[in-house]
Amino acid sequence: MRQLLKSREAILAGAILILVGLISTRFGEFAAPANLINVFNDTSILIMLALGQMVVIVSRCIDLSVASNLALTGMVVAILNTIAPDLPVPVLLLIAVLFGAMLGAINGVLVWKLDIPPIVVTLGTLTIFRGLIFLISNGEWINAHEMTASFKAFPRYELLGLSLLTWLAIATIGVFFVLVTRTPSGRAFYAVGGNPHAAVYTGIDVGYTRFLAFVISGAVSGLCGYLWVARYAVAYVDIAGGFELEVVAACVIGGISIAGGIGSVGGAVMGALFLGIVKNALPVVNISPFWQLAISGSAIIIAVAFNARSERKKGRIILKQAERMA
Amino acid sequence: MSDQAVEDKSHAPNRHVPDRLASPFQRYFKSWETLLLAVAVCIFVINSFASPYFLDPWNLSDATFNFTEKAMIAFAMALLIISGEIDLSVASIIALASTAMGFLAQAGFGTPELVAAGIVVGLLCGAFNGFLVTGLGLPSIVVTIGTMSLFRGVSYIVLGDQAFRGYPSGFSFFGQGYVWWVFTFEIVLFAVLAVIYGILLHRTNFGRAIYAIGNNPVGAQFSGVRVGRVKFTLFLLTGLMSGIAAICLTSRLGSTRPSIAFGWELEIVTMVVLGGVSILGGSGTVPGVVIAAFVMGMVTFGFGLLNVPGIVMSIFIGLLLISVIALPRLWFGFRSRRKVA
Repeated sequence: MRQLLKSREAILAGAILILVGLISTRFGEFAAPANLINVFNDTSILIMLALGQMVVIVSRCIDLSVASNLALTGMVVAILNTIAPDLPVPVLLLIAVLFGAMLGAINGVLVWKLDIPPIVVTLGTLTIFRGLIFLISNGEWINAHEMTASFKAFPRYELLGLSLLTWLAIATIGVFFVLVTRTPSGRAFYAVGGNPHAAVYTGIDVGYTRFLAFVISGAVSGLCGYLWVARYAVAYVDIAGGFELEVVAACVIGGISIAGGIGSVGGAVMGALFLGIVKNALPVVNISPFWQLAISGSAIIIAVAFNARSERKKGRIILKQAERMA
Repeated sequence: MSDQAVEDKSHAPNRHVPDRLASPFQRYFKSWETLLLAVAVCIFVINSFASPYFLDPWNLSDATFNFTEKAMIAFAMALLIISGEIDLSVASIIALASTAMGFLAQAGFGTPELVAAGIVVGLLCGAFNGFLVTGLGLPSIVVTIGTMSLFRGVSYIVLGDQAFRGYPSGFSFFGQGYVWWVFTFEIVLFAVLAVIYGILLHRTNFGRAIYAIGNNPVGAQFSGVRVGRVKFTLFLLTGLMSGIAAICLTSRLGSTRPSIAFGWELEIVTMVVLGGVSILGGSGTVPGVVIAAFVMGMVTFGFGLLNVPGIVMSIFIGLLLISVIALPRLWFGFRSRRKVA
């Protein structure tokens, strides 16, 4: 099993290297370290969201509300910043994480206590959160000049040659790696996703574990909400519209099985990086940015087809034949 | 997704097994459709009191435009979801079909060719989804997230930031024409399709097979249902309906941009789930979807008359979606059940 995961990531890493190689034949500067750091920085938010989503998908759920959560939390901290400019950024950061986690907890409770399918819950909260932004902002934009300088500067602040945004992404990767591979609750996500019934018999509370996954995903979305608004220095109703599907796409490309139980931190990060590289490379190699959507769509389909091949369980012989006959 | 449905159904321990059917009256009274119909009636009554313009036949006729196209797709989507699959690419199929029609219109083709193009593109997209899901055995939710980007992506490649206009004059009938008095072509088509899908799901072997597959695909397989073929047909139908919806929508708007029908897939799934179709597959009815379409349409229209912005309506739809599923569970659920997963 471990070998399989390793090889899957190796293949993905190979694909990314080939991609970067191909791009640099058209435009040599692309592979320069400075540019790659830029690409990573630009992809940081997607990486973090993909990690949060990974935990949810691994426990056999899905969270479609991440982009709306991000936008709502972003708007909340932006409004806080305009009415209380003295509030230091770390406090806002904490508020963003807690607020996002609270929104995630709403999803989690509905899935845990009422047993509503996650896709229905998050489809509902996707529209509700998005609508709430309109209610609290009256549909107005919060522009750069209304935000304080420190609010906007935080993600761009350079430390040892990398921006704080990049450092946060790296820290998130580290935290998730430890969480997923070294803690009991991290392993519980895999148990719950792999086989919920078996998980119950080993003493894992399936509902609670899923609740936890949604809270984590919500907290990450909240954090990204602040980062997004601060980075682009604008907050309005439609920010990150449709981004939830890009996040799911990153996970799928990263080899995380939508059926639950399979996936790794490295996979999620590389899936996000793949999309980030494509997005950043298109203008450089003179392909119209309108190609991006079709390319990522094809990448998803290829990745799924590829994953399914290695994931396919060996069924009973009679079943296999029956399947082939159909 | 289908995996989960299988396990949930087969392993649920201590399920209460009733030894007789509830009386017809009870069954009727407790059914999802009745509950939903009550909601619809309430919304209708509240709307008529809230705005003097609501009870005007022409206004009501105009209001049907905001759900007929989505509802056409919702019928096929309902069947697909009952069978345990899902298609998130429907809105992108609309975009691609509309782009193809726009392309042909620019090249000077007439209305019949445009209609044929819309239908063919819809069928091709549906066949592509169906092949990936049934031919290669991939999970439909991921496949259609992929084709959703792919189909709309092709549309973006063709159009970029441009738009196709200049459709032939006869083409406007599908989205703007009236068949009789206040009845638009779209609402008549909607009614006809509702009847066809109702018969297909509730009165044919094919319909029974859909339920069988949704409840237990392996069991259905062993009892001689051609699971793959049925699912492929359903993807084809969903593509076809998206093509037809694209014809109506394009004809109504009179132009094509690559962002056409953006975000519809989620609204359509909401409509289907609101109509009482289980997202895990295996249960649901066409009348439920019809009522849900009217509920969503009337909420949108009623709020619109009261000058409530569209995004606030979406909060209401979201709350409605969660609460119509949550409330019955709160009401009945805590007495007996302690389900595992």
